[in-house]
Amino acid sequence: MDDPTLSQAGLDEAARLGRVLLIACGALAREILALKRTGGWDHLDLQCLPANWHHYPDRIVPAIEKMVPARRAEYDSIFVVYADCGTGGLLQAACDRLEVKMIAGPHCYSFFEGNDAFAALDEMTAFYLTDFSVRQFDAFIWKPLGLDRHPALRDMYFGNYTKLVYQAQLNDPALDAKAEDCAKRLGLAYERRFTGYGDLAVVLGRVAG
Amino acid sequence: MADDDINLSELSDDELVLQMHDDLYDGLKEEIEEGVNILISRGWTPYDTLTKALVAGMTIVGADFRDGILFVPEVLLAANAMKAGMFILKPLLIETGAPRMGKMVIGTVKGDIHDIGKNLVGMMMEGAGFEVKDLGINNSVEKYLAALEEEQPDILGMSALLTTTMPYMKVVIDTLKEKGMRQDYIVLVGGAPLNEEFSKAIGADAYCRDAAVAVETAKAYIARKHNQLAG
Repeated sequence: MDDPTLSQAGLDEAARLGRVLLIACGALAREILALKRTGGWDHLDLQCLPANWHHYPDRIVPAIEKMVPARRAEYDSIFVVYADCGTGGLLQAACDRLEVKMIAGPHCYSFFEGNDAFAALDEMTAFYLTDFSVRQFDAFIWKPLGLDRHPALRDMYFGNYTKLVYQAQLNDPALDAKAEDCAKRLGLAYERRFTGYGDLAVVLGRVAG
Repeated sequence: MADDDINLSELSDDELVLQMHDDLYDGLKEEIEEGVNILISRGWTPYDTLTKALVAGMTIVGADFRDGILFVPEVLLAANAMKAGMFILKPLLIETGAPRMGKMVIGTVKGDIHDIGKNLVGMMMEGAGFEVKDLGINNSVEKYLAALEEEQPDILGMSALLTTTMPYMKVVIDTLKEKGMRQDYIVLVGGAPLNEEFSKAIGADAYCRDAAVAVETAKAYIARKHNQLAG
Protein backbone atom coordinates (compact mmCIF):
# COMPACT_ATOMS: atom_id res chain seq x y z
CA MET A 1 0.00 0.00 0.00
CA ASP A 2 1.62 3.25 -1.11
CA ASP A 3 0.33 6.80 -1.16
CA PRO A 4 0.28 7.29 -4.94
CA THR A 5 -1.86 4.15 -5.30
CA LEU A 6 -4.17 5.30 -2.51
CA SER A 7 -4.46 8.65 -4.25
CA GLN A 8 -5.23 7.36 -7.75
CA ALA A 9 -6.81 3.94 -7.32
CA GLY A 10 -7.78 3.43 -3.69
CA LEU A 11 -7.51 0.09 -1.90
CA ASP A 12 -9.32 -3.19 -1.66
CA GLU A 13 -8.14 -5.30 1.26
CA ALA A 14 -7.57 -8.79 0.02
CA ALA A 15 -8.37 -10.63 3.23
CA ARG A 16 -12.18 -10.28 3.33
CA LEU A 17 -12.28 -11.80 6.77
CA GLY A 18 -14.51 -9.24 8.34
CA ARG A 19 -18.16 -8.87 9.12
CA VAL A 20 -18.13 -5.12 8.65
CA LEU A 21 -17.00 -3.32 5.51
CA LEU A 22 -15.56 0.17 5.77
CA ILE A 23 -15.73 2.13 2.53
CA ALA A 24 -13.33 5.02 2.97
CA CYS A 25 -11.41 7.77 1.27
CA GLY A 26 -7.92 6.60 0.31
CA ALA A 27 -6.48 9.52 2.28
CA LEU A 28 -7.64 7.75 5.46
CA ALA A 29 -6.33 4.26 4.68
CA ARG A 30 -3.19 4.38 6.81
CA GLU A 31 -5.02 5.89 9.76
CA ILE A 32 -7.85 3.35 9.58
CA LEU A 33 -5.43 0.43 9.31
CA ALA A 34 -3.45 1.81 12.27
CA LEU A 35 -6.63 2.03 14.33
CA LYS A 36 -7.59 -1.50 13.25
CA ARG A 37 -4.23 -2.82 14.40
CA THR A 38 -4.35 -0.99 17.71
CA GLY A 39 -7.93 -1.99 18.41
CA GLY A 40 -7.55 -5.56 17.16
CA TRP A 41 -10.52 -4.97 14.90
CA ASP A 42 -9.94 -7.85 12.53
CA HIS A 43 -13.64 -8.05 11.79
CA LEU A 44 -13.43 -4.75 9.87
CA ASP A 45 -12.48 -4.90 6.19
CA LEU A 46 -11.38 -1.80 4.37
CA GLN A 47 -12.08 -0.71 0.85
CA CYS A 48 -10.87 2.74 -0.22
CA LEU A 49 -11.89 4.99 -3.06
CA PRO A 50 -9.18 7.15 -4.67
CA ALA A 51 -8.00 9.92 -2.38
CA ASN A 52 -7.73 12.34 -5.28
CA TRP A 53 -11.54 12.36 -5.49
CA HIS A 54 -11.09 15.10 -2.93
CA HIS A 55 -10.80 17.21 -6.09
CA TYR A 56 -13.79 15.52 -7.78
CA PRO A 57 -16.41 15.08 -5.05
CA ASP A 58 -19.08 14.44 -7.69
CA ARG A 59 -17.48 11.01 -8.20
CA ILE A 60 -17.93 9.92 -4.60
CA VAL A 61 -21.71 9.53 -4.43
CA PRO A 62 -22.11 7.41 -7.61
CA ALA A 63 -19.28 5.14 -6.41
CA ILE A 64 -20.90 4.66 -3.00
CA GLU A 65 -24.28 4.04 -4.65
CA LYS A 66 -22.70 1.33 -6.78
CA MET A 67 -20.45 -0.21 -4.15
CA VAL A 68 -22.82 -0.54 -1.19
CA PRO A 69 -25.42 -2.72 -2.97
CA ALA A 70 -22.65 -4.72 -4.65
CA ARG A 71 -20.95 -5.59 -1.35
CA ARG A 72 -23.93 -5.72 0.99
CA ALA A 73 -24.47 -9.48 0.82
CA GLU A 74 -20.88 -10.16 1.90
CA TYR A 75 -21.14 -8.26 5.19
CA ASP A 76 -23.33 -7.81 8.25
CA SER A 77 -23.00 -4.08 7.84
CA ILE A 78 -21.25 -1.36 5.85
CA PHE A 79 -19.94 1.95 7.17
CA VAL A 80 -18.94 4.85 4.95
CA VAL A 81 -15.81 6.55 6.25
CA TYR A 82 -16.41 9.89 4.59
CA ALA A 83 -17.73 13.14 5.95
CA ASP A 84 -19.67 15.36 3.55
CA CYS A 85 -16.40 16.02 1.69
CA GLY A 86 -17.75 18.60 -0.76
CA THR A 87 -20.80 16.61 -1.84
CA GLY A 88 -23.17 19.30 -0.58
CA GLY A 89 -25.30 16.88 1.43
CA LEU A 90 -25.68 14.40 -1.44
CA LEU A 91 -23.52 11.76 0.24
CA GLN A 92 -25.62 11.89 3.40
CA ALA A 93 -28.77 11.60 1.28
CA ALA A 94 -27.32 8.60 -0.57
CA CYS A 95 -26.29 6.91 2.69
CA ASP A 96 -29.79 7.48 4.07
CA ARG A 97 -31.31 5.87 0.97
CA LEU A 98 -28.89 2.96 1.20
CA GLU A 99 -29.47 2.68 4.96
CA VAL A 100 -25.79 2.90 5.86
CA LYS A 101 -24.09 5.27 8.29
CA MET A 102 -21.30 7.73 7.57
CA ILE A 103 -19.10 10.12 9.57
CA ALA A 104 -20.66 13.37 10.70
CA GLY A 105 -19.10 16.69 9.76
CA PRO A 106 -18.00 18.61 6.70
CA HIS A 107 -14.63 16.94 5.97
CA CYS A 108 -11.68 15.09 7.48
CA TYR A 109 -10.04 18.35 8.66
CA SER A 110 -13.05 18.73 10.89
CA PHE A 111 -13.29 15.21 12.29
CA PHE A 112 -9.54 14.90 12.87
CA GLU A 113 -9.76 18.02 14.98
CA GLY A 114 -13.05 16.82 16.48
CA ASN A 115 -16.18 18.22 14.83
CA ASP A 116 -17.23 20.31 17.82
CA ALA A 117 -13.76 21.72 18.38
CA PHE A 118 -13.33 22.46 14.68
CA ALA A 119 -16.64 24.30 14.46
CA ALA A 120 -15.56 26.49 17.37
CA LEU A 121 -12.21 27.40 15.77
CA ASP A 122 -13.38 30.12 13.38
CA GLU A 123 -10.35 29.76 11.10
CA MET A 124 -11.79 30.97 7.83
CA THR A 125 -8.39 31.80 6.34
CA ALA A 126 -6.63 28.56 7.32
CA PHE A 127 -5.62 25.96 4.74
CA TYR A 128 -5.42 22.49 6.26
CA LEU A 129 -3.12 19.58 5.60
CA THR A 130 -3.17 16.14 7.22
CA ASP A 131 -0.40 13.53 7.36
CA PHE A 132 -1.59 12.17 4.02
CA SER A 133 -1.74 15.50 2.24
CA VAL A 134 1.65 16.53 3.62
CA ARG A 135 3.22 13.30 2.35
CA GLN A 136 1.42 13.69 -0.97
CA PHE A 137 1.59 17.48 -1.21
CA ASP A 138 3.01 17.63 -4.72
CA ALA A 139 0.80 14.94 -6.21
CA PHE A 140 -2.31 15.90 -4.25
CA ILE A 141 -2.16 19.71 -4.13
CA TRP A 142 0.67 21.31 -6.10
CA LYS A 143 0.33 19.48 -9.41
CA PRO A 144 -3.49 19.22 -9.63
CA LEU A 145 -3.65 22.98 -9.12
CA GLY A 146 -1.14 23.42 -11.95
CA LEU A 147 1.37 25.17 -9.69
CA ASP A 148 4.23 23.04 -11.02
CA ARG A 149 3.59 24.48 -14.50
CA HIS A 150 2.17 27.88 -13.59
CA PRO A 151 3.51 29.08 -10.24
CA ALA A 152 2.00 32.51 -10.92
CA LEU A 153 -1.43 31.01 -10.20
CA ARG A 154 -0.51 30.52 -6.53
CA ASP A 155 -1.99 33.75 -5.29
CA MET A 156 -5.18 33.26 -7.26
CA TYR A 157 -5.72 30.09 -5.26
CA PHE A 158 -4.21 31.02 -1.92
CA GLY A 159 -4.24 34.82 -1.85
CA ASN A 160 -7.10 34.92 0.65
CA TYR A 161 -5.53 32.39 3.02
CA THR A 162 -3.25 33.53 5.83
CA LYS A 163 -1.91 30.31 7.36
CA LEU A 164 -1.38 26.64 6.74
CA VAL A 165 -2.44 24.42 9.62
CA TYR A 166 -0.85 20.99 9.66
CA GLN A 167 -3.16 18.69 11.58
CA ALA A 168 -0.74 15.99 12.62
CA GLN A 169 -2.04 12.50 13.16
CA LEU A 170 1.42 11.27 14.11
CA ASN A 171 4.37 12.91 15.82
CA ASP A 172 6.83 12.80 12.96
CA PRO A 173 9.51 15.52 12.76
CA ALA A 174 10.09 14.79 9.07
CA LEU A 175 6.42 15.44 8.25
CA ASP A 176 6.50 18.55 10.42
CA ALA A 177 9.48 19.89 8.44
CA LYS A 178 7.80 19.01 5.15
CA ALA A 179 4.55 20.71 6.18
CA GLU A 180 6.47 23.83 7.13
CA ASP A 181 8.07 23.81 3.69
CA CYS A 182 4.60 23.42 2.11
CA ALA A 183 3.49 26.55 3.97
CA LYS A 184 6.53 28.41 2.68
CA ARG A 185 5.81 27.35 -0.90
CA LEU A 186 2.22 28.55 -0.58
CA GLY A 187 3.34 31.83 0.98
CA LEU A 188 1.44 31.14 4.20
CA ALA A 189 2.28 31.27 7.90
CA TYR A 190 2.72 27.85 9.49
CA GLU A 191 1.04 26.21 12.44
CA ARG A 192 1.25 22.59 13.54
CA ARG A 193 -1.47 21.07 15.67
CA PHE A 194 -1.35 17.51 16.89
CA THR A 195 -4.86 16.10 16.47
CA GLY A 196 -4.22 12.37 16.52
CA TYR A 197 -7.12 10.53 14.93
CA GLY A 198 -9.77 12.74 16.53
CA ASP A 199 -13.38 11.70 15.94
CA LEU A 200 -12.22 9.03 13.48
CA ALA A 201 -11.03 6.88 16.38
CA VAL A 202 -14.21 7.46 18.36
CA VAL A 203 -16.51 6.65 15.43
CA LEU A 204 -14.60 3.58 14.31
CA GLY A 205 -14.52 2.38 17.91
CA ARG A 206 -18.31 2.47 17.88
CA VAL A 207 -18.50 0.74 14.50
CA ALA A 208 -16.14 -1.97 15.72
CA GLY A 209 -18.49 -2.51 18.69
CA MET B 1 4.21 38.40 -31.54
CA ALA B 2 2.20 35.26 -30.73
CA ASP B 3 5.17 32.96 -31.24
CA ASP B 4 8.15 32.58 -33.58
CA ASP B 5 5.94 31.73 -36.55
CA ILE B 6 2.98 34.05 -36.25
CA ASN B 7 3.00 37.81 -36.55
CA LEU B 8 -0.44 38.84 -35.33
CA SER B 9 -0.39 42.14 -37.19
CA GLU B 10 0.01 40.30 -40.51
CA LEU B 11 -3.16 38.26 -40.04
CA SER B 12 -6.48 39.22 -41.58
CA ASP B 13 -9.22 40.16 -39.13
CA ASP B 14 -10.84 36.75 -39.31
CA GLU B 15 -7.53 34.97 -38.89
CA LEU B 16 -6.58 37.22 -36.01
CA VAL B 17 -9.82 36.58 -34.17
CA LEU B 18 -9.36 32.82 -34.54
CA GLN B 19 -5.74 33.15 -33.41
CA MET B 20 -6.93 35.12 -30.37
CA HIS B 21 -9.33 32.32 -29.52
CA ASP B 22 -6.34 29.96 -29.59
CA ASP B 23 -4.21 32.35 -27.55
CA LEU B 24 -6.96 32.74 -24.99
CA TYR B 25 -7.29 28.96 -24.82
CA ASP B 26 -3.54 28.78 -24.15
CA GLY B 27 -3.70 31.59 -21.58
CA LEU B 28 -1.31 33.85 -23.48
CA LYS B 29 -1.88 37.20 -21.82
CA GLU B 30 0.58 39.32 -23.83
CA GLU B 31 -0.67 37.95 -27.14
CA ILE B 32 -4.24 38.78 -26.16
CA GLU B 33 -3.24 42.33 -25.25
CA GLU B 34 -1.48 42.64 -28.60
CA GLY B 35 -4.47 41.22 -30.48
CA VAL B 36 -6.89 43.60 -28.77
CA ASN B 37 -4.70 46.58 -29.63
CA ILE B 38 -4.44 45.48 -33.27
CA LEU B 39 -8.22 45.09 -33.69
CA ILE B 40 -8.84 48.49 -32.10
CA SER B 41 -6.21 50.08 -34.34
CA ARG B 42 -8.00 48.57 -37.35
CA GLY B 43 -11.18 50.37 -36.37
CA TRP B 44 -12.97 47.55 -34.58
CA THR B 45 -15.37 48.79 -31.93
CA PRO B 46 -14.43 47.88 -28.37
CA TYR B 47 -17.74 46.00 -28.10
CA ASP B 48 -17.04 43.83 -31.17
CA THR B 49 -13.51 43.19 -29.96
CA LEU B 50 -14.83 42.13 -26.59
CA THR B 51 -17.59 39.87 -27.83
CA LYS B 52 -16.11 38.37 -31.00
CA ALA B 53 -12.52 37.93 -29.88
CA LEU B 54 -12.58 37.60 -26.09
CA VAL B 55 -16.01 36.38 -25.02
CA ALA B 56 -16.31 33.95 -27.94
CA GLY B 57 -12.85 32.58 -27.11
CA MET B 58 -13.66 32.26 -23.43
CA THR B 59 -16.88 30.46 -24.32
CA ILE B 60 -14.80 27.74 -26.00
CA VAL B 61 -12.67 27.52 -22.85
CA GLY B 62 -15.84 27.24 -20.74
CA ALA B 63 -17.28 24.49 -22.93
CA ASP B 64 -14.06 22.47 -22.79
CA PHE B 65 -13.93 22.91 -19.02
CA ARG B 66 -17.48 21.59 -18.77
CA ASP B 67 -16.58 18.64 -20.98
CA GLY B 68 -13.55 17.75 -18.88
CA ILE B 69 -11.03 18.66 -21.59
CA LEU B 70 -9.64 21.65 -19.70
CA PHE B 71 -9.10 21.90 -15.96
CA VAL B 72 -9.10 24.71 -13.43
CA PRO B 73 -5.45 25.84 -13.94
CA GLU B 74 -5.96 26.27 -17.69
CA VAL B 75 -9.25 28.11 -17.16
CA LEU B 76 -7.54 30.46 -14.71
CA LEU B 77 -4.77 31.21 -17.19
CA ALA B 78 -7.34 31.90 -19.91
CA ALA B 79 -9.26 34.12 -17.50
CA ASN B 80 -6.07 36.02 -16.72
CA ALA B 81 -5.50 36.62 -20.41
CA MET B 82 -9.09 37.73 -20.93
CA LYS B 83 -8.85 40.03 -17.93
CA ALA B 84 -5.81 41.69 -19.48
CA GLY B 85 -7.74 42.24 -22.72
CA MET B 86 -10.72 43.61 -20.84
CA PHE B 87 -8.46 45.99 -18.94
CA ILE B 88 -7.61 47.65 -22.26
CA LEU B 89 -11.21 47.60 -23.47
CA LYS B 90 -13.02 48.80 -20.34
CA PRO B 91 -12.29 52.54 -20.64
CA LEU B 92 -12.97 52.37 -24.37
CA LEU B 93 -16.31 50.66 -23.77
CA ILE B 94 -17.29 53.43 -21.37
CA GLU B 95 -16.31 56.07 -23.96
CA THR B 96 -18.03 54.44 -26.91
CA GLY B 97 -20.99 52.91 -25.14
CA ALA B 98 -22.11 49.30 -25.44
CA PRO B 99 -25.40 47.50 -24.98
CA ARG B 100 -26.13 47.08 -21.26
CA MET B 101 -27.76 43.86 -20.27
CA GLY B 102 -28.39 44.69 -16.63
CA LYS B 103 -26.63 45.01 -13.32
CA MET B 104 -25.40 42.38 -10.89
CA VAL B 105 -24.18 42.48 -7.31
CA ILE B 106 -22.03 39.45 -6.59
CA GLY B 107 -20.11 38.17 -3.58
CA THR B 108 -18.91 35.12 -1.69
CA VAL B 109 -20.97 34.41 1.41
CA LYS B 110 -19.99 34.96 5.03
CA GLY B 111 -17.31 32.61 6.30
CA ASP B 112 -16.03 31.78 2.83
CA ILE B 113 -12.88 33.18 1.27
CA HIS B 114 -12.95 31.21 -1.98
CA ASP B 115 -13.44 33.56 -4.88
CA ILE B 116 -12.14 31.88 -8.01
CA GLY B 117 -15.58 30.88 -9.29
CA LYS B 118 -17.10 34.19 -8.27
CA ASN B 119 -14.35 36.09 -10.09
CA LEU B 120 -14.86 34.05 -13.26
CA VAL B 121 -18.59 34.67 -13.16
CA GLY B 122 -18.07 38.39 -12.61
CA MET B 123 -15.68 38.60 -15.53
CA MET B 124 -17.91 36.66 -17.92
CA MET B 125 -20.93 38.71 -16.86
CA GLU B 126 -19.02 41.89 -17.62
CA GLY B 127 -18.01 40.41 -20.95
CA ALA B 128 -21.67 39.72 -21.68
CA GLY B 129 -22.56 43.36 -21.07
CA PHE B 130 -23.61 43.30 -17.43
CA GLU B 131 -22.45 45.92 -14.99
CA VAL B 132 -20.97 44.03 -12.07
CA LYS B 133 -20.49 45.23 -8.51
CA ASP B 134 -18.15 42.74 -6.84
CA LEU B 135 -18.47 42.65 -3.05
CA GLY B 136 -15.50 40.31 -2.66
CA ILE B 137 -15.37 37.57 -0.04
CA ASN B 138 -16.95 36.86 3.36
CA ASN B 139 -20.13 38.89 2.94
CA SER B 140 -22.67 39.18 5.72
CA VAL B 141 -26.37 39.60 5.02
CA GLU B 142 -26.04 43.24 6.08
CA LYS B 143 -23.37 43.82 3.46
CA TYR B 144 -25.47 42.22 0.72
CA LEU B 145 -28.50 44.29 1.72
CA ALA B 146 -26.53 47.53 1.79
CA ALA B 147 -25.15 46.81 -1.68
CA LEU B 148 -28.61 45.98 -3.04
CA GLU B 149 -29.91 49.21 -1.61
CA GLU B 150 -27.09 51.25 -3.04
CA GLU B 151 -26.62 49.60 -6.42
CA GLN B 152 -30.22 48.68 -7.24
CA PRO B 153 -29.12 45.72 -9.37
CA ASP B 154 -31.29 43.32 -11.35
CA ILE B 155 -29.38 40.30 -10.11
CA LEU B 156 -27.91 39.14 -6.81
CA GLY B 157 -25.21 36.47 -7.21
CA MET B 158 -23.96 34.46 -4.25
CA SER B 159 -21.08 32.01 -4.25
CA ALA B 160 -19.79 29.42 -1.74
CA LEU B 161 -17.22 26.66 -1.95
CA LEU B 162 -17.77 25.09 1.43
CA THR B 163 -20.53 22.81 2.63
CA THR B 164 -20.36 24.73 5.89
CA THR B 165 -20.91 28.15 4.33
CA MET B 166 -23.47 27.43 1.60
CA PRO B 167 -26.44 27.42 4.04
CA TYR B 168 -25.73 31.13 4.59
CA MET B 169 -27.29 31.79 1.19
CA LYS B 170 -30.62 30.85 2.73
CA VAL B 171 -30.06 33.38 5.51
CA VAL B 172 -29.67 36.11 2.88
CA ILE B 173 -32.70 34.97 0.87
CA ASP B 174 -34.86 34.61 3.99
CA THR B 175 -33.89 38.13 5.02
CA LEU B 176 -34.88 39.44 1.59
CA LYS B 177 -38.24 37.68 2.01
CA GLU B 178 -38.75 39.11 5.50
CA LYS B 179 -38.10 42.60 4.19
CA GLY B 180 -40.40 42.09 1.20
CA MET B 181 -37.48 42.52 -1.19
CA ARG B 182 -37.13 39.02 -2.59
CA GLN B 183 -39.14 39.65 -5.74
CA ASP B 184 -37.07 42.73 -6.57
CA TYR B 185 -34.04 40.65 -7.56
CA ILE B 186 -33.10 37.66 -9.63
CA VAL B 187 -31.09 35.50 -7.22
CA LEU B 188 -28.46 33.25 -8.79
CA VAL B 189 -26.28 30.93 -6.71
CA GLY B 190 -23.21 28.86 -7.49
CA GLY B 191 -20.24 27.01 -6.06
CA ALA B 192 -18.75 23.52 -6.14
CA PRO B 193 -20.90 21.79 -3.48
CA LEU B 194 -24.18 23.36 -4.64
CA ASN B 195 -26.75 21.74 -6.86
CA GLU B 196 -30.15 22.41 -8.38
CA GLU B 197 -31.97 20.83 -5.47
CA PHE B 198 -30.20 23.03 -2.92
CA SER B 199 -30.90 26.13 -4.97
CA LYS B 200 -34.62 25.34 -5.02
CA ALA B 201 -34.68 24.47 -1.34
CA ILE B 202 -33.23 27.84 -0.29
CA GLY B 203 -35.49 29.81 -2.62
CA ALA B 204 -32.97 31.02 -5.21
CA ASP B 205 -34.09 31.55 -8.78
CA ALA B 206 -31.41 29.35 -10.28
CA TYR B 207 -28.24 27.37 -9.64
CA CYS B 208 -25.44 28.09 -12.10
CA ARG B 209 -22.90 25.31 -12.41
CA ASP B 210 -20.31 27.45 -14.13
CA ALA B 211 -19.65 30.95 -15.45
CA ALA B 212 -21.07 30.25 -18.91
CA VAL B 213 -24.30 28.91 -17.42
CA ALA B 214 -24.46 31.96 -15.13
CA VAL B 215 -24.33 34.28 -18.15
CA GLU B 216 -26.97 32.34 -20.08
CA THR B 217 -29.22 32.10 -17.04
CA ALA B 218 -28.86 35.80 -16.28
CA LYS B 219 -29.69 36.72 -19.88
CA ALA B 220 -32.75 34.47 -19.87
CA TYR B 221 -34.06 35.92 -16.60
CA ILE B 222 -33.42 39.49 -17.75
CA ALA B 223 -35.27 38.82 -21.01
CA ARG B 224 -38.18 37.33 -19.06
CA LYS B 225 -38.22 40.35 -16.76
CA HIS B 226 -38.33 42.70 -19.75
CA ASN B 227 -41.14 40.67 -21.32
CA GLN B 228 -43.12 40.85 -18.09
CA LEU B 229 -42.59 44.60 -17.89
CA ALA B 230 -43.62 44.98 -21.55
CA GLY B 231 -46.72 42.80 -20.99
